[in-house]
Amino acid sequence: MEQLRCENLTLGYENGAILKNLSFSVKEGDYLAIVGENGSGKSTLMKTVLGLMKPLAGKIERGEGLNRWDIGYLPQQTIVQRDFPASVWEVVLSGTLSGEKFHPFYTRSDRKTASENIEKMGLEALKNRSYRELSGGQQQRVLLARALCATRKIILLDEPVTGLDPKVTLEMYELIQSLNKEGVTIIMISHDVTAAVRYANKILHIGGHVFFGSVKEYLASAEGKLFTAKEARK
Amino acid sequence: MTDAFLKLGQYLAFPFVQYALIVGVLIALCSSLLGVTLVLKRFSFIGDGLSHVAFGAMSVAAVVGLTNEMFIVMPVTIVCAVLLLRTGQHAKMKGDASVALISVFALAFGYLLMNLFPTSSNVSADVCGTLFGSTSVLTLTAAEVWVSVGLSVVTVTVFAVFYNRIFAVTFDENFAKATGIRTELYNLIIAVVIAVVIVLAMNLVGSLLISALIIFPALSAMRVFKSFLSVTICSAILSVGTALLGLLASIMFGTPVGPTIVVAQAALFLIFWIVGLVHGGVKQ
Repeated sequence: MEQLRCENLTLGYENGAILKNLSFSVKEGDYLAIVGENGSGKSTLMKTVLGLMKPLAGKIERGEGLNRWDIGYLPQQTIVQRDFPASVWEVVLSGTLSGEKFHPFYTRSDRKTASENIEKMGLEALKNRSYRELSGGQQQRVLLARALCATRKIILLDEPVTGLDPKVTLEMYELIQSLNKEGVTIIMISHDVTAAVRYANKILHIGGHVFFGSVKEYLASAEGKLFTAKEARK
Repeated sequence: MTDAFLKLGQYLAFPFVQYALIVGVLIALCSSLLGVTLVLKRFSFIGDGLSHVAFGAMSVAAVVGLTNEMFIVMPVTIVCAVLLLRTGQHAKMKGDASVALISVFALAFGYLLMNLFPTSSNVSADVCGTLFGSTSVLTLTAAEVWVSVGLSVVTVTVFAVFYNRIFAVTFDENFAKATGIRTELYNLIIAVVIAVVIVLAMNLVGSLLISALIIFPALSAMRVFKSFLSVTICSAILSVGTALLGLLASIMFGTPVGPTIVVAQAALFLIFWIVGLVHGGVKQ
């Protein structure tokens, strides 16, 4: 089932378009990697998919039964969060808030959802710890647990392994893969093409020439060949 | 010392002292609640900026000859708060720069007006009073106390009802927005409430010292506590405690109210900072 379809999107700000005529779609259970150089418009595309920005032209259609807030999101860390006094529990629980309906306080089912996702991400021992004291990898898992509280349908990850050491990077990728195998659709923004090719089933390459298709097609395409040539030289 | 306590006992029987204590505690509570959010949003200086705006507006009201200056001061301060806290992604000027700009301009403009169109014979005493809140907290009327009580109840209720959303918006605005939370609305609520609290607080500590009420309790609490809830509760307790202590001390020893409270808060901050260092509460 198609969850997200973007047609002829033109993205950018008032003073100019960054991306033109972008079309792609995401099916349930897909693992889409969005790759491209810095400045190619990856973040702008992500903000548009999340509904934080409106496209200049074109349209985004969501599949049936999929609300705007059914897209969970793992953002890049902001400076504010680095000294923010918040427990892991508070951060994860805040993921259950949504625009759907207004409850001033958390309900019992909100707490249950938060507990389950803390367990799923292996964070029980850190539940009462302060978010700012955790390592980079632990913080990413906390934010992933929060995103899972918001939705079980699509998760959008923005450069999820930036600043992590190689071992933690591998663990993070495997965690994301295991979520995908449980049926969560993954959209990952990355400039790590190696990982994108290994874990994703679809690739969207933006900047310069736009490519959208399966990993196999990507490796056979001009952009993909450029990448494999670079890999061979290493 | 016993004399001082005897004197305190006598003073506490006066209605104006009771009023000062009630209003002082309420303002301390309200300003500390939002302090945590403002400090974390990197708006520590908004208290200073907005209180200068309120000072400028008060001068305008005095020159125009309005009997109730709140009709000018409140709307002007609220508008400025909304404009300053509106965190556009493509803001041409950073938050701290615009706060500094408005703050300095409003202060200069207000003082200029008061000098050009003096409403009393002693302009510098007037200015000093508004900025440092010399005695105005001791000259409150019963009506002003009721207004403060009402606004404080509204502030605390708004904060409690929207607490979870305020947390979400402060911690990660983009995530909150992506999950459908109306972040603009909550930023607006925060701005309006802080403007109301600042106009109220000018009566207590005067405009220059409002920053202290907003940032000291929050920063002290953040040295030691680690969750948002515990920091919020601790800063409320600290703020109310130091306000009470400062008010009583200023009555006992005849010191100016605002500076006494701020010195008490600075001392507490030092203690919490040391506790935090020893306890390892804050990892650098």
